[in-house]
Amino acid sequence: MEARKEQSQVEKQAAVAVPVEREERLHEALEKTWGDQPGLWGYLRSVNHKTVGKRFIITAFAFFILAGILAALMRIQLSRPENKFLGPDLYNQIFTMHGTTMMFLFAVPMMEAMAVYLVPLMVGTRSIAFPRLNAFGYWIYLFGGIMVFVAFLLNSGPDAGWFSYVPLAGPAYSPGKRVDFWAQLITFTEVSALVVATEIITTIFKLRAPGMTLNRIPLYVWAVLVMAFMVFFAMPTIALASTALILDRLVSTHFFNPAEGGDPILWQHLFWFFGHPEVYIIFIPATGFISAIIPTFVRRPIFGYTALVLSLISTGFIGFGLWVHHMFATGLPRLGQGFFTAATMMVVIPSAIQIFCWIATIWAGRPIFKTPLIFVLGFFFIFVLGGMTGVMQASSPVNLQVHDTYFVVAHFHYVLIGGSVFPLFGALHYWFPKFTGRMLDERLGKITFWLMFIGFNLAFFPMHILGFKGMPRRVYTYQNLPGWATLNLLASIGAFTLAFGVLVFLINFFRSRKRGAVAGNNPWNAGTLEWATTSPPPSYNFLHIPTVAGRDTLWTQPPDQPVVVGLKTDVRQVLVTKMLDGEPDHIEEFPKPTLWPLIAAITTTGLFIGSIFTPWAVVWGSIPVAISLIGWFWPKEKQSEERAPREVKERLARRQQTEGGTA
Amino acid sequence: MIGLLVSGITFAAQNALDPAGPLAGRINSLTRVMIYLLSAIFIIVMIVLAIAAFRRQRHTTPEPEPHNAVIPPQHDREQRLSHTVTAGVLLSVAILFVLLVSSFLIGHKVFTSPDRSNALIIEVNGRQWWWDVRYDHPVPSQIVTTANEIHIPVGRPIVLRLGSNDVIHSFWVPNLHGKMDMIPGRTQEFALQADRPGVFRGQCAEYCGHQHAHMALLVIAEPEDQFNAWYQAQLQPAPAPSTASQINGQKVFLSKPCVMCHRIQGTDAGGRLGPDLTHVASRQTIAAGTLNNSREHLSQWIQNSQDVKPGNRMPPIPVNGNDLNSLLDYVQSLK
Repeated sequence: MEARKEQSQVEKQAAVAVPVEREERLHEALEKTWGDQPGLWGYLRSVNHKTVGKRFIITAFAFFILAGILAALMRIQLSRPENKFLGPDLYNQIFTMHGTTMMFLFAVPMMEAMAVYLVPLMVGTRSIAFPRLNAFGYWIYLFGGIMVFVAFLLNSGPDAGWFSYVPLAGPAYSPGKRVDFWAQLITFTEVSALVVATEIITTIFKLRAPGMTLNRIPLYVWAVLVMAFMVFFAMPTIALASTALILDRLVSTHFFNPAEGGDPILWQHLFWFFGHPEVYIIFIPATGFISAIIPTFVRRPIFGYTALVLSLISTGFIGFGLWVHHMFATGLPRLGQGFFTAATMMVVIPSAIQIFCWIATIWAGRPIFKTPLIFVLGFFFIFVLGGMTGVMQASSPVNLQVHDTYFVVAHFHYVLIGGSVFPLFGALHYWFPKFTGRMLDERLGKITFWLMFIGFNLAFFPMHILGFKGMPRRVYTYQNLPGWATLNLLASIGAFTLAFGVLVFLINFFRSRKRGAVAGNNPWNAGTLEWATTSPPPSYNFLHIPTVAGRDTLWTQPPDQPVVVGLKTDVRQVLVTKMLDGEPDHIEEFPKPTLWPLIAAITTTGLFIGSIFTPWAVVWGSIPVAISLIGWFWPKEKQSEERAPREVKERLARRQQTEGGTA
Repeated sequence: MIGLLVSGITFAAQNALDPAGPLAGRINSLTRVMIYLLSAIFIIVMIVLAIAAFRRQRHTTPEPEPHNAVIPPQHDREQRLSHTVTAGVLLSVAILFVLLVSSFLIGHKVFTSPDRSNALIIEVNGRQWWWDVRYDHPVPSQIVTTANEIHIPVGRPIVLRLGSNDVIHSFWVPNLHGKMDMIPGRTQEFALQADRPGVFRGQCAEYCGHQHAHMALLVIAEPEDQFNAWYQAQLQPAPAPSTASQINGQKVFLSKPCVMCHRIQGTDAGGRLGPDLTHVASRQTIAAGTLNNSREHLSQWIQNSQDVKPGNRMPPIPVNGNDLNSLLDYVQSLK
């Protein structure tokens, strides 16, 4: 009681320099409470969002490299007509693995991984919400990814395409276990995506620093909030669809079997109801990267904050009303085609608003051409071009010609690589100093950009023409039709140039990690809160939870911006604030490192993989899952202070900023 | 081997932007309008972006220290930007609306079912990995069955009845029209029309398994009288073998596994799993557009179909030299 009283006193230290010694004692105490334990034991038990986030990012990048290698193999095969480098069986596995890996094991997890690392820092809190669930989300994703690649190496890689259309993916035309591995991979990644989305939403709604009202949330945080909600509504559909597919294959249900009253088109509706929002799930966080990078490098606040937020939200809604444009060739009624043509064109409007607001920000700013900004400029070129071909495909008559051709392959690489991978590389160059404490090399960064940019356009622009010339997608080879060979060879050369750019990035990464220039807290003089702490951030993120007085906090705050004091240092206390206005609400105690998420992930993996082979795995496998969950949720013997009273508001104290922005 | 496959194949036209019929023509004009208009918009946006990024600033102050270099937004400047952005958005909406309406109008013409009174009705079924073609007729003896090649009369509307016997395929001949999926359990009607004679190539456009890459077809548009002559020829049963070698060849055909899958009208061969071979020698290609129809290719195909088109449903047929020659003589006589 005594200690608590002391803690809840209001500290007033305005205009007095903070004693360094005190800060150091505080640092040590917080580090002891929040830090990971050393060694393998500590590694497996870590629930720190930065540790998990880094693992997530590196794992997702590793899958990006693997899927890129698969793409390189495809481009070798397609570099000349009737090539015998890969046979149809292997090629079909490779293109399926490429698409599946890029979508499910790279793009979505990478976007979530960046959010797991950055969101708690950007909203100014000590941890992500539900940190154990976060660790679980990572492990289950890792195990799912390993499963499908082991299957691929054992010649059981899925081979029905990343959208596994039935009946081709059904039991009659895909015997063996290949498609089952695909369907279970979906289960793994959807579980992972859903739990991470939960954490992100909770973190953003309830753990923001005091004063960070809804209209002061950084745009990147808005973007991942919209992404997380989209994950919520999109993933259950694919969960339903992939479960029905597994049931068709494993226990002979007939959801998709036309001979027994099932319907193959039902699969397409369910898949694309997830599949189209999926591309926005990948694109929207990337717009957040752009909205974070542009203000920093043109030295002014973003233009049109409210318009950008509303564009994000409306994209999130409209994104769910477009799925049928993937199915124009299935013979829809004309009214339906008209509706989805209109909806698809409508989604261009929020994107146009975003593009114009960003250009206006650049126009009114003073650009500093560092690598992150250059990647964003590259994004504009590629993504806008991809948007134009998107408008063409929205039109159902044009779509009938270009659907399922290399034109579409070109289009979606323009919008996905242009719209997501280029901003992502910008973001990696931008936040690398925060992740590691060191700067990436600028010169290598620019070489990376130019190789990727030229390589990308060389690889994918010719595919537009190939599409008009009649080359369907997903062919393992092609005959020597007029013009096809040259265009394909160009595309292959471009793909290798692009790959070379990624290689330069990796070299830069490994060199700079050890030998890069020391970054300091805020090397770019950016305005958001993650730059207020050290690089890399300490395990507890902020010595004192900051308070927020405006957007671009670090640019707008007065020198005597108050900080939150009074959080205990010997337990993992986190300040919970109110959803709308960010007013302090109560204090929550967060869990310590634990092995249970890993155990639960292992038992769940056992159930998922077992059920590929026998339906009984669901029955017997649920027992270890239940045991691990009981262990996870076992009540603690000694409850420490659960919820502090609501007078935390009073704990705000004015405190002068220390130099270097540590608040 | 590769050279052998590639050489000597002359390819028919295959280009969505070179229409040979009214339907592809309308889509083509919409596509071209979009390409020109959207390219112009793209270029304008890029120019504006380039100016925004690289224009000389009118700031008179020297390059400030980055630390305090944040430019505070000025009210009237923000207002001007806001008006410009709003105008840009409104213009985009207007352009999108125009494209939407033109897309509706073209769609209305493209998707309307054709006048059936004069239409030729052809059933096409997708199979792994070939096309089963049947010309419908109320009189059973007037029905023609063929594979991988569709002859059509120029200027006459065609109604295709598309279906599939296994997985989803997609019928697509770019010079004549867009594509239509062939979905098992459904029959979809699809219009087609050629306004000029020519040979138009198409390829299955929905991934359908192993040999999706080698599932091509030809549409041969010819004047009405030529078409009628072809039709009459196709109605005939297979010509009886005339030379000793051909007679032996027929015997080989009927005694080998060939008959399990293939049909030759006028003989005992009545399999329906593979393409109808009654007039196979009259077709330009074999194995769904994989090889030109020559003696060499036929021999290759019969003996090593799995080398030519790995994974296809035809097993290699072991035939010794003399029998092979006879078989080829016979198959080549099936005009």
